[in-house]
Amino acid sequence: MNIEPIDYRTAAARLLAERPDIREAITRATLAKEDRRREGYADIDSEAWRDWASRLRRHVLANLDYYLEQAGRALEANGIRVHWAEDAQATCATVLSLCHERGVRRVVKGKSMLSEEIELNPALEAAGIEVTETDLGEYLIQLAGERPSHIIGPAYHKPLSESQALFAERLGTPAGAEPSALAAAARKHLRQRFLAADMMITGANAIAADTGTIALVENEGNIRIGTTTARIHVACVGIEKLVPRLTDLGTLLPLLSRAATGQRLGNYVSLISGPRGAEPEGPDEVHVIFVDNGRSRLLADPPAASTLACIRCGACLNACPVFRQTGGHPYQWAYSGPIGAVLAPGLLGLERGWTLAQASTLCGACDAACPVRIPLSGLLRLWRERAAQAGLEAPGEAPAIRAYARLARRPHRFHMATRLLGRFAPWFGPLVPPLSRWLRGRTLPLRNRNR
Amino acid sequence: MHSYSTRAPDIRHRYAYNPSMRICLVPGCLAETFYPQAIRDSRILLEASGAEVFVPPQVTCCGQPAWSNGHPAVGRELATALLDASAAGDYIVLPSGSCAAMLRVFTPPLLETDSPRRQISAKVHELIEFLDTIVHYRPPTNSLAGRRIVVHHGCHARRELAAVGTVEHLLEAAGATVLDWKLAAECCGFGGSFAVNLPEVSVAMADRKLDALPQCDCVVTPDPGCLMQLAGRAERRGLGLTIRHAASLLREAEQMRQNEH
Ligand code: SF4
Repeated sequence: MNIEPIDYRTAAARLLAERPDIREAITRATLAKEDRRREGYADIDSEAWRDWASRLRRHVLANLDYYLEQAGRALEANGIRVHWAEDAQATCATVLSLCHERGVRRVVKGKSMLSEEIELNPALEAAGIEVTETDLGEYLIQLAGERPSHIIGPAYHKPLSESQALFAERLGTPAGAEPSALAAAARKHLRQRFLAADMMITGANAIAADTGTIALVENEGNIRIGTTTARIHVACVGIEKLVPRLTDLGTLLPLLSRAATGQRLGNYVSLISGPRGAEPEGPDEVHVIFVDNGRSRLLADPPAASTLACIRCGACLNACPVFRQTGGHPYQWAYSGPIGAVLAPGLLGLERGWTLAQASTLCGACDAACPVRIPLSGLLRLWRERAAQAGLEAPGEAPAIRAYARLARRPHRFHMATRLLGRFAPWFGPLVPPLSRWLRGRTLPLRNRNR
Repeated sequence: MHSYSTRAPDIRHRYAYNPSMRICLVPGCLAETFYPQAIRDSRILLEASGAEVFVPPQVTCCGQPAWSNGHPAVGRELATALLDASAAGDYIVLPSGSCAAMLRVFTPPLLETDSPRRQISAKVHELIEFLDTIVHYRPPTNSLAGRRIVVHHGCHARRELAAVGTVEHLLEAAGATVLDWKLAAECCGFGGSFAVNLPEVSVAMADRKLDALPQCDCVVTPDPGCLMQLAGRAERRGLGLTIRHAASLLREAEQMRQNEH
């Protein structure tokens, strides 16, 4: 297990210095989506919907063993094969053995952050299987050899000019083609991939435990096509992604869509309840792989377990003023923004993930956005506390806090210190951290200037 | 979360409270260190309403830096010490939304359920919110006439204290025009230790805010942290902006009344 702490700061600083165009693209995309979310929340009683969804998801987490068993039985009863995978490696191995047993050479995929989390594409490619992403943004990222920068909009960071150049080179579109022309070119190309594919791999937005139904929401129709044309459909699903009843989706999916893009509902909702029977269309086999990969450990940690209530809408990313400057790449793993920062120590381990909990001003914009009311800033503080307890803070941090607390207990010295600091900080500041870090790009106020 | 109206009903009388009240003014570390004038200005505004204002010398830091950086025990200790030191006030007023939120909203969950300090915590107010909604202070009419002003609320004042509208209300009562700001609700990038742990991102956040500013005479905020961040960045970039603590602008308005007399 990699325990090298993720260095968000260095990656973020480099991106800001070298790629101002990425910052612009991310800012534009997230501000637009944030506006859409506000509109989406404005014409429902969003507080009541969020209360409901929060209770629903917490109820599922509190009874996850029960609902997993129920879902497993219901899926099997529908003719869907259920697999259980302990970690990333086991998940990839399950998919690979399905591919080998069934002679699968070509795979198409729907957008799935779980597959990023478990690094499924490299595992398939290493086994000589051709993998094609079919979500337009994801396809673009795959062509560019990059990783998604946002859990909903994988290509939010890509300036249009870059996409145009990439498509011109790879698909022969004319230089400066309109986005709609790029999409049309991609569709034409993807159509052949769909027809040649043996297997479609998706995630799932939810699984209804009572009926054993896989729910998938999308805007482009690619998941609808892939889950209809390929002879095998494999859904890799985190164990937490359950709802008790099919009817719960009637509220949860609209809330998810509103939070993510402000839509009343995504353009396509597929409710998949088994392989084809006598119908001419549909897959011969449907498989669900329930993936743990650290989730049950997080579930057994009550102060942090609410993290698993997440429905991956991306609203907290769009609301986050820190994410807005850099996008997801500097977070250096599948999930970014506030949810990525609280999932990282939970799923990757404290040693590797704690640094992401620093990538926040604790402004609370994420708390106000989250459709399932995950207390994100509270969880960020929780991980900061655990990092401090584990002695992981930057050297000097703990002594500094202790010194400051000692000083604050002695009012006379404290007031003297504030006066001295205020008067002389602008002069000695450049020499001592943390003032020297403040002075990167900012001045210190002159205490006696009368303003 | 506390919910109380962010804007008092318009009243005819300037002061709707008993002037025998004692107000405990808690300066806050940042203002004490870098903006002592804002504390003096806060005091002038509070005294303008005829109340007795005192600053207990034992008062130091609200503990937020420790609490938010993974040392909640230290934060709790400092917050309770501050509450104890200011308990004699009928109201406890801070010229900092962030410190006020720490004492009023973030501290009670750290206390025992029957702790008497909960009552002290309930007396805590951010200065401008206190002036606007509790004592119904109104600046002299037209004292800021013709001024075009932009207001920034710190995130804790905005979300935890629901203080949005208070500064705007007082400025408009003084005849100023409060301008719309596209990114008004966005964090300025201060965030205490964040500003020094991730200086590059912090500065980028301040730039976003500053770049979205409309043409104005002045930017005001009731939060010293945000003030330090926005003013420090604007000065480094040489933007020639005037960015002030809200108390300082209102004190200037108040002085026009006193000059008249
Ligand atoms: S934490 Fe909440 S806002 Fe963020 S992605 Fe998950 S559900 Fe959406």
